[in-house]
Amino acid sequence: MSSSKGDRRKERIDRGIKVRSDSVYAISSWKEITYLIAPRLVLILGLALAPLVLSAAPYWQRVVSIICVYSLLAMGFDFLANYVGLVSLGGGFYVGIGAYAAALLNTHFGLPPMITIPMATLLGAIICTVLFLPCLPLRGVYFAIVSLMYPLIAARIVEALDIFGGTDGILGVDGFSNVWIEQYFLVLCVLVMVFALRRLVEEDIGLVFRGVKDNDQAVKASGININQYKAFGVFIASALGCLGGACLTHMYMWAGLSQFALDFSIIPIAATVVGGGGTLVGPVLGCLILVPVSELLRDFGSLRIAVYSIVLTGFIVFKSEGIMIYAARKYEQFERWVEI
Amino acid sequence: MDIIIYGIINSVSLALMAVGFTLVYGVSRLPNFAHGALYILTGYLTWILMNRVGLNYVFSAIIALGLIGLIGAAMYQLVLIRVRGMPISEIIASYAIGLAILEGLRWGGLKGGTFRLPPFVEGSVTVLGVSVDFQRIFVVILGATLMGALWLFVNNTKLGLALKGMAQDERAALTLGIDSDRMAVTATAIGSMLAGAAAIILLPLGSIAVESGYHVLIMAVAVCIVGGLGSWTGAVLAAFIIGFAQILSVVYFGAHYQAVVALLAIVITLICRPSGLFGRQKELEERV
Repeated sequence: MSSSKGDRRKERIDRGIKVRSDSVYAISSWKEITYLIAPRLVLILGLALAPLVLSAAPYWQRVVSIICVYSLLAMGFDFLANYVGLVSLGGGFYVGIGAYAAALLNTHFGLPPMITIPMATLLGAIICTVLFLPCLPLRGVYFAIVSLMYPLIAARIVEALDIFGGTDGILGVDGFSNVWIEQYFLVLCVLVMVFALRRLVEEDIGLVFRGVKDNDQAVKASGININQYKAFGVFIASALGCLGGACLTHMYMWAGLSQFALDFSIIPIAATVVGGGGTLVGPVLGCLILVPVSELLRDFGSLRIAVYSIVLTGFIVFKSEGIMIYAARKYEQFERWVEI
Repeated sequence: MDIIIYGIINSVSLALMAVGFTLVYGVSRLPNFAHGALYILTGYLTWILMNRVGLNYVFSAIIALGLIGLIGAAMYQLVLIRVRGMPISEIIASYAIGLAILEGLRWGGLKGGTFRLPPFVEGSVTVLGVSVDFQRIFVVILGATLMGALWLFVNNTKLGLALKGMAQDERAALTLGIDSDRMAVTATAIGSMLAGAAAIILLPLGSIAVESGYHVLIMAVAVCIVGGLGSWTGAVLAAFIIGFAQILSVVYFGAHYQAVVALLAIVITLICRPSGLFGRQKELEERV
């Protein structure tokens, strides 16, 4: 960037290996196969080995689980914002619903975690989708505002009506049978969801989603019911959030009002912006960076959220593409200055 | 009688909270999610100036208002202007700034109860058989005055008319030589000062707490949605509807339901009349 502007510009060209490995001929040589697989393998192995490596430090091992929970949420946010066009500022709502659902299923019906988690995910997602139905025709700002109110109001209602244990929350929820199951269950969830969602958005339905985001009038004019697709988008995102919430409940053996808290709304957003929106892997990467930082700042209480917000503002203003998109560009393209 | 008097007070408070938000949105199409934070920040600044610097009440309020105007303008000029026109980024950036201010204050030791602004005049008076303290009467009088002054400002001064022009049609305003960026900065500064003014008028009724920052944001947004974003008459009318609905719900159902009323009002409005009571946007065009 130091060069004099005006007579030169930066040109970006795809690397040869990227072009060769785009099509089916990628399988013609190990080099191309490695080029394709390497980044994915780094993510898979990294997440899979993290609990093992950190088993010496139980506290940080727990952080891996928390990273996974936030990653699920952040993926949901990214999917909803960058593929369906609904900015949901109320991630805490999904977590809260999932957490309470799992806790109630566990304490009232005595179901084990491995059954309550899928049930809470499904049930929670249905509840969230139904509650969001009236707001689905909204776009942009309007949806963001209304979704911001949901977790705050839900917490108020629980507090005011004194249902589900009121301010004490629901105690005595079963934990996972051991820490390895907890960790690998979460890691597996995150990996499956990342690759499943990336596949989903490449399918036909993903095309419709993006159409809804970019120009919903055109989608409507093609005879497609956009509210139905938006509802499906919200269902997927809230299922991810509820899954995270349900796991969180069993991790802490407790469900309470703090699961509607602001942390669950802001950290996923920050992670998405930092990691790179629209990539679905970016949010996971963002969580891997931000959540440990958050743990380090735990002593400072609410300063954490302030720090996040500043990082978030900085990224959105100065580096809005995010780490993942930047890294992918470097991996796939080379740059050079050309005279004009 | 209780219901009418307290309903009016509550409605004017809501209108005060919302007027800054609706001004900024109307002029620059920017949802200022830092609105609640600016509100609390003004209260805090006033408190600091009074108790730490030792100025008197009026001076510290005026200085705090000036500062908050500058902060609002700086926020727009330095950050928000770069993301203008990208709705997702606008929302996230302004919300993040608001969060940074609020949670920073919380970390800095701002807790409910300890920080209070004194009422302008102590004591209470009986109006039509209902005992009301002076501060609440001030809320109504000052609120009405502020709205009136704002109306005169927008309709009778050159700057006000320029802002109004921007709100109606930005491109047309540009062709008439109105600098849209400068107007947007001005609007954000004025909006922040309105939030600040609301804080100075309303905060003596309670204590300065971080939670009320979120509360103010939510209420402002609720009023603006019900009234139709960017519409003044709509905002005032919606403030009265929500204000009375809240008081009624407190009287007949209990104080817990106050928060639910706002959400219900939003949901019902969105289902029945998506562009709000007085939304100027063409139905379904902008919002749905």
